[in-house]
Amino acid sequence: MQSQPERHAPAAPKPHAAAPPAPLAITVNGKPYEHGGDPTMPLLWFLRDTLRLTGTKFGCGVGACGACTVLVDGKAARSCLLPMQNAAGHQVTTIEGLADDSLHPVQQAWIDEDVPQCGYCQAGQIIAAIDLLERKPKPSDEDISTISNLCRCGTYPRIRRAIQRAAEAMQASKK
Amino acid sequence: MSAAIDRSRRRFLAVALSASGALLVGVRFARGADEDLPAELLGDDLTEVGPFVRIERDNRVVIGARACEIGQGVMTSLPMLIAEELDVDWSQVRVIQLPYGYIETDKGPSNRYGDQGAGGSTNIPDGWKELREAGATARWLLVQAAAQEWNLPAEKLRTESGQVIAPDGRKLTYGALARSAAAIDPPAEPPPLKTPEQFHIIGKPTRVADARDIVTGRSRFGIDAYFAGALTAVMLRCPLLDGTLDTLDDSEARRVAGVRDVIRIQGPKPDEPFAAQLADGVAVLADNTWAAIKGRDALKVTWKQGPWAKESTSALAAKANELLDRNEDGVVVRREGDMDKARKTSRYRVQARYEMPFLAHATMEPPGALIELKQDSALLIASLQSPGGASEMISRMTGIARSAIDIRMTRAGGGFGRRLENDFVAEAVLIAKAVGKPVKLMWTRDDDLQHDFYRPFGVHALSATLDRHKHVTGWSHYCAATPRPYRENGRKRRIFDGCLEPDDFPAGLVANLDKTFFSVPSGMPRGWWRAPIHNFHAFSVQSFVDEIAIATKQDAVKLRLEMLGEPRLIPYSGHGGPNFDTGRLANVLSICADKIGWNAKRDDGHGLGIACHFTFGGYAAHAFEVSVARGEVIFHRAICVADIGRVVNPLGAEAQMMGGTIDAVSAALHLAITVKDGEVQQKNFPDYPLLKMAQAPQSVEVHLVDSTAEPSGAGEIGVPSAAPALANAIHAATTVRVRKLPIMPELKRML
Repeated sequence: MQSQPERHAPAAPKPHAAAPPAPLAITVNGKPYEHGGDPTMPLLWFLRDTLRLTGTKFGCGVGACGACTVLVDGKAARSCLLPMQNAAGHQVTTIEGLADDSLHPVQQAWIDEDVPQCGYCQAGQIIAAIDLLERKPKPSDEDISTISNLCRCGTYPRIRRAIQRAAEAMQASKK
Repeated sequence: MSAAIDRSRRRFLAVALSASGALLVGVRFARGADEDLPAELLGDDLTEVGPFVRIERDNRVVIGARACEIGQGVMTSLPMLIAEELDVDWSQVRVIQLPYGYIETDKGPSNRYGDQGAGGSTNIPDGWKELREAGATARWLLVQAAAQEWNLPAEKLRTESGQVIAPDGRKLTYGALARSAAAIDPPAEPPPLKTPEQFHIIGKPTRVADARDIVTGRSRFGIDAYFAGALTAVMLRCPLLDGTLDTLDDSEARRVAGVRDVIRIQGPKPDEPFAAQLADGVAVLADNTWAAIKGRDALKVTWKQGPWAKESTSALAAKANELLDRNEDGVVVRREGDMDKARKTSRYRVQARYEMPFLAHATMEPPGALIELKQDSALLIASLQSPGGASEMISRMTGIARSAIDIRMTRAGGGFGRRLENDFVAEAVLIAKAVGKPVKLMWTRDDDLQHDFYRPFGVHALSATLDRHKHVTGWSHYCAATPRPYRENGRKRRIFDGCLEPDDFPAGLVANLDKTFFSVPSGMPRGWWRAPIHNFHAFSVQSFVDEIAIATKQDAVKLRLEMLGEPRLIPYSGHGGPNFDTGRLANVLSICADKIGWNAKRDDGHGLGIACHFTFGGYAAHAFEVSVARGEVIFHRAICVADIGRVVNPLGAEAQMMGGTIDAVSAALHLAITVKDGEVQQKNFPDYPLLKMAQAPQSVEVHLVDSTAEPSGAGEIGVPSAAPALANAIHAATTVRVRKLPIMPELKRML
């Protein structure tokens, strides 16, 4: 009767039976951190609950919606599916780590095209766009269509425009 | 240190001077004269503010946004109304979200900010007058202060860009005047408002006020609130409608590292209203979300079926069709003329049935709440649509006075009607009471899809009669649905409210009309889903008009225009009334037809579809150009024309129409919540597939009618006509008429 199948990764070894794991080292937004808790904890919850970097959002827990997208070694990854033991040793960049004094061109394009409505999915969308532009500096409509992040507000047309705007800005700044 | 307030005024403005010398102006509605504005609440760090406007001595202007921001743009559009009349530059303004403003007055509970809830597209119409008056009053005070300073009559002074300007060109900034302005009594009557020609903010495209916070991850949503010492709670709820926990073994769960407690939460009895929590279950409390989720996964439970063990979507559909076939004991919703006679004398008769599924809200941010309960006070931080409802509920459940319940509003990751209910707040209260600690309740996506207040399920049977001139002479709309009113707490509604709208098109426009409602019993909780009623009502009506046109070889646009007739106001008792202007609906339809090239010959295999609808004071028409290939619908063009009266923020209104269109297309193409054996079958986005970017129209061409009518809200009118326009376009492209939502499974079955 239990109706909650396949919700999460297979159960980890019982923690009460195991010796405390060695702390895992991870770099987030250029700063080193250690995680001494459950090594199977997804990166998402380490970012949010431990580091209080709450810009990365929870949406589904199964990698379907993309609200939790972060950059791991510069590539987009669903942080809700990435256990800390696998994230350890890698460089993680979250939405909070993109800008210092000036905004990343993708962030600026998001403002200029007035993309956000409720705003909840937008951190993940921005990270996905940055990853795309890294691979496809001049993306076609089809390239943009490969972004599978969900937005219930229906901001997709403005996301498309913002990605094209950011692409142009990034091309221009290289010249 | 607040200024004296004339107690004789029926409705007055609250003015105060903060400790740091900032002028504060807000609107209050009841006679709360004894209650001074709590300037001390303000502090100097702007983390908490009372009223709407705060002017710092350095001329910075802070404007409070009073309503729940759920993506409808009110954190931008409502402060624009204030800034307009205050006469400052938008670039000077910093917007902050106001908390819930409950106050007690000698006339009972009130709110120092007015209505803060989000529902029914009412924020703009509600704020249109009173928020401009708040801005105008602040400006009036500043002008009076300058008049005193210069010893000049106030009438000789003008304002611009946050300055008062004397006839000789002398200027004083608002900041320099703030302290003296705060000592002036507000006017007896609200000062006159600008005429539209004077607007320099209203009507100008304005970007989301806090966009920078959003794109840098600094925005705080309800889920982003943390509290020292709070435990994180995740619940396992009975997946069976009104089912109960039978056996529980939590020994494994309690051994999960970080799990602190496991407690029972009783659900409501099957005959009790849904006044608080929604389901029977178990809460796992832990140090963090992951530990709570792991703890929940380790629970061993069995459930007992409730009274709905046999409920299934197929049984509901069979029951609805049976009720419609039998046609006995229906509730008359509206009846005019003689439909039977019209049938007998008609030249043409057309009929069709449409089936609309339950829908979940699936807000991108799942429900949740952070709550701290103390002996005599409470703090709630959550993404809400009804902070007043949350306040009432907490008070009822704890006995804490509403004035001692502090509710901090945040941006909400979508609302769509889900957060009009506060069941998640009730759960957090129960858990916090049980463990005696602050609690952050987290919902996961399966919780969300399985425990919602769903859009009602219904079958709509429409029939029309036409005379030999092909004029529609009779219209009947029979609806058999799971009634929206179900186990509500003290709400009086008619059984058909929320499913069948008495005055919707073409009521009042045909001589013979019969609208009848039949109740289909169901254990599914039902609620409001963006553009409630209308999101399925319009699908049936506007698909059916298309069917009539095709069956009688008429043009679908001309038929609609003919049915609408001469431009006139007809009474409309539903939300957004009291009138429905047929001319405005005809206008958006005509523009939409023109934009899509309705009359152009085409031989490219693409299909055009069109539809229009009035609700909530707004008028919209949609048109799509689509083709169907490899079992997918391909959008070539998508058009939305809307008349929402005077547009406060064109950029925001365009976003609502674009987003409403895509949201509607998403639901129409793919989404359904289904039940089997008393259990909701969908568990996460893979089986409740919101539209992805690749599947959505690449752009939505939005046209806003240049109107001087009173503004209506924009959050919902972009939804209703999209689904029927799409189904009509698919028919034009494929000759397949989809009468059952969602479209894609039906289309694949029928192609």
